Amino acid sequence: MIALVNISYLIAMLSFILGLKFLSSPSKAKHGNILAGTGMVLAVIVTLISQFFGFSVSINLLLILLAIVTGTIVGKRMSDRVEMTAMPQLVSLFNAMGGGCAMLLGIMEARLGTPPSSASLILLWSGLIIGAASFSGSVIAYRKLAGKQKDKRTRMIMYVSRILLVSFLVIPGLYLTNLLPLGLVSVTLILSSLALVYGILFVLPIGGADMPVVISLLNSLTGIATALAGILYNNTIMIAGGIFVGAAGILLTLLMCNAMNRSIFAVIGGKFNGSGVSSGDEEEIEIKATSIGETATKLAFAQKVAIVPGYGLAVAQAQHLCSQLQAILEEKDTEVHYIIHPVAGRMPGHMNVLLAEADVHYDKLKEMDLVNDEMNEYDVTIVIGANDVVNPAAEQDENSPIYGMPIIKAYNSREVVVIKRGMSKGYAGVENRLFGYDNCQLLFSDAKVALSGLINELKVL
Amino acid sequence: MLEFFNENQEMIYFLILCTFLGIEIIANVPAILHTPLMSGANAISGVILVGAIIIMQKIDPQDYVSLTIGTISVFLGTLNIAGGFFVTGRMLSMFGNKKKK
Repeated sequence: MIALVNISYLIAMLSFILGLKFLSSPSKAKHGNILAGTGMVLAVIVTLISQFFGFSVSINLLLILLAIVTGTIVGKRMSDRVEMTAMPQLVSLFNAMGGGCAMLLGIMEARLGTPPSSASLILLWSGLIIGAASFSGSVIAYRKLAGKQKDKRTRMIMYVSRILLVSFLVIPGLYLTNLLPLGLVSVTLILSSLALVYGILFVLPIGGADMPVVISLLNSLTGIATALAGILYNNTIMIAGGIFVGAAGILLTLLMCNAMNRSIFAVIGGKFNGSGVSSGDEEEIEIKATSIGETATKLAFAQKVAIVPGYGLAVAQAQHLCSQLQAILEEKDTEVHYIIHPVAGRMPGHMNVLLAEADVHYDKLKEMDLVNDEMNEYDVTIVIGANDVVNPAAEQDENSPIYGMPIIKAYNSREVVVIKRGMSKGYAGVENRLFGYDNCQLLFSDAKVALSGLINELKVL
Repeated sequence: MLEFFNENQEMIYFLILCTFLGIEIIANVPAILHTPLMSGANAISGVILVGAIIIMQKIDPQDYVSLTIGTISVFLGTLNIAGGFFVTGRMLSMFGNKKKK
């Protein structure tokens, strides 16, 4: 039996490694997902067999099977029903589930009352605290992305967070030195409640724009909690799976921070770069409005068109219209490229998923870095539902909150048309200087209306 | 502490190697796959379910409180795994469709 378990765990671990590896290459990603999933099913089944084989059917086993079946059905339904724009929230929610599981695991372990060594107690509590914080933090991140929760940034939150952090060291310390007149279970419950509060306070001050980074970080934390529990149980597959995710998650978090030119500490501190007060916001920006007809004419005469999509496009569900517009332009021998900012959408790569859903071909998607120096080759750049990622203030105004963030140099193309519903500011809350440029015109309209208008005009032209 | 280190030496070596491996295998991921990768990794961290099953086996069938907590934890772990893999599959299938064209 032991041999069966060990071999199965080994196979499962290999499937995780290869799965993650394949998931990071475009042509094999699909297989990677299936492979890792299969490995997971194997690990779970073998664990079930090894734990319950030879015993009579117990209530414990029945409850496990019941929970697994309902969990699978609910998970499948949730993932089938989700809108692609709501994907980041869902990932965050699923991550919360893993964190919650890690927390409950710690509580049960404490209730079992196995008198472990102080080293294993530390492992138990670390896993519990990280799991609980990841759970409540992910729920807050979910609520923020779903627009149900606003940012809160007060000194109070900062101080309480610090006190909580200290208490995570002090309370276990007191218990281990027998200075705390409380039982193992009580201490564990206190720690998990404090960690839940900490998770909430951790995410509350962080700006909505930084949520992708936070989700990635929390995801990584759940992995670490899993690995810690794995050491406790001496279980190789938990350690391997957990730490792969922990390590990969941290790397991914840093990659995302780099893409936004934000330091991880600034993100966690809920800070924006610069003083937050833009020096240039007094000067009135003169805007030039344009119409659908005018824009359509421009497009009809253009040789090369760039589309800069943003989250607004996805919210308006206009990806499909976007790909229709592309098709019409291509019939007229106009070259169309999509230029994707690394953090377009609500998660890195989110925009790619959204456009893929609308059957936009992979070759048409250009990463920002690859085309930024050639922006002057585009006759018309259409910015749809994006704002901060084309704001030249990021390059010019040292006091701007977004200063230093890499941007798409849309202003270098011959003409820019920004499709926008109104003069509202972008996610970062900054005035967009691009609108004042001579070659920039604004088309005030809903993305869907504007795009279908353009398509109709172009059909006639 | 030292005792723990001695007893679990292999485990600690394993942990360290896995950390580097975890970083190494995804180092070259293109931005286009960040979201599916995060989602897939998230599903893998659901392997905590294995721990939940192990501990469920140890629980006294009379201890209803622990049984309830355990059942919830198995449910949450499964949800993390199943939801994670299904949703990643859905994202990736969109990349797949257009390739056939």
